Amino acid sequence: MVGFAGYAMPVSYPLGVLKEHLHTRASVGLFDVSHMGQAWLEGVDGADPAAALESLVPADLAGLGLNRQRYSQLLNDAGGIRDDLMIARTDGALGRDGLFLVVNAACKDADFAHIDSALTGRARLTRIEDRALIAVQGPKAASLMSTHAPELATLPFMALTRVDILGVDCLISRSGYTGEDGYEVSLPADAAEDFARALLDQDGVAMIGLGARDSLRLEAGLCLYGHDLDETTTPIEAGLTWSIGKRRREEGGFPGAAIIQRQLGEGVARKRVGIRPEGRAPAREGTEITDGDGAPIGTVTSGGFGPTVGGPIAMGYVAAAHAAPGSSVFLSVRGKALPAEVVKTPFVPQRYYRG
Amino acid sequence: MGDVKYSEEHEWIEIDGDTVTVGITKFAQEQLGDIVFVELPEVGAELESGGEAGVVESVKAASEVYAPVSGEVVEINDSLESTPELVNDDAEGEAWFFKMRLSDPAELDDLMNEKAYRAFCAEQG
Repeated sequence: MVGFAGYAMPVSYPLGVLKEHLHTRASVGLFDVSHMGQAWLEGVDGADPAAALESLVPADLAGLGLNRQRYSQLLNDAGGIRDDLMIARTDGALGRDGLFLVVNAACKDADFAHIDSALTGRARLTRIEDRALIAVQGPKAASLMSTHAPELATLPFMALTRVDILGVDCLISRSGYTGEDGYEVSLPADAAEDFARALLDQDGVAMIGLGARDSLRLEAGLCLYGHDLDETTTPIEAGLTWSIGKRRREEGGFPGAAIIQRQLGEGVARKRVGIRPEGRAPAREGTEITDGDGAPIGTVTSGGFGPTVGGPIAMGYVAAAHAAPGSSVFLSVRGKALPAEVVKTPFVPQRYYRG
Repeated sequence: MGDVKYSEEHEWIEIDGDTVTVGITKFAQEQLGDIVFVELPEVGAELESGGEAGVVESVKAASEVYAPVSGEVVEINDSLESTPELVNDDAEGEAWFFKMRLSDPAELDDLMNEKAYRAFCAEQG
């Protein structure tokens, strides 16, 4: 067990990190991610909460359809990332008429205070303290879940629905953090343990700890806040330009918009890239990245062993001149310069449900 | 099989005259989890007791391997570089790390016997 954002979390269950990782890629893994922050955001006096939240994030929320979810970032005035989050548009049938937010555990108090105060008079934030969050991930997640609720088989990627499963009221999105097909299930906290145990009783379902959660998301090329993203990195530097709507790029109207628009036009000095060390030695977070002459060009922000890749993998920021896939770089590991190559992410193909 | 001693850094040391074979213990292997990388010292390297001798990395983290005694490295177990998972399978047998020629055999007296090591692990447990 380790401390994580004030919660005691298992690094692994008895299977161990490696087997848990491979199990999730082959079958179904359950992740208890109840530490993450869930909230409703409702409009005040008829105001649209999506329009209000657009003043804090660069995603196109006006264009977000009912029951649909989008990935975005809360930005600071320099365009740096305060946190990354999922935003869904909901109605009374899903819970509340407004938006459903899921944010990182370590940031949730600050995020919710920030949203609440910044949107005063336009939107009202209600923290959801009585619901757990369980991620069900892997190539067999759909067959597992659709035995309980057949409509989940064809729920689109990044869409939501609310259904009863095993007698439990579940708010479900087809999303996740592993690169696999799967769901995130928000359910009453007092029913969560029995719900998880019932799923675990079925063939091919295992609990997965924080260690494999990290290696799965790294192989999938997904950022971890506080490591790959922070207050000093912008979505453009982080390679998250795809998450900024076209209209928002042109109109701005979010914190740091001028800086982000300039970066979109002129490019950025550093970029997040995938890195494959040539040997077997993993390069961990904080490892210095150098060019062929030994000059520093960046830093590893996430790194370790990719069980599905079968070797070391990493992500980090490098000077733009070295960011093209195929660029040769060196990693300073224990006093040695280990050769590595800049590669495209994800390291393993994403296998989201595409209908 | 010669006399085996243990260090507080969770290494086993098998004594054969003036030469010792060094590896990490089953307890260490269990604590580390799935091992994915091992870096060994070079043959001919002169190591000091307590000095860095190598690195073992699991999926979770990197850990230093320290020389339990002083001496010259005379042989290394190359197979660990290509099959680091051997450490999980047979930490106190096939997955030995390196052999050293002792420069000061008296240092062996500072190491624990099996009974003392088991008690040491139980305390850490």
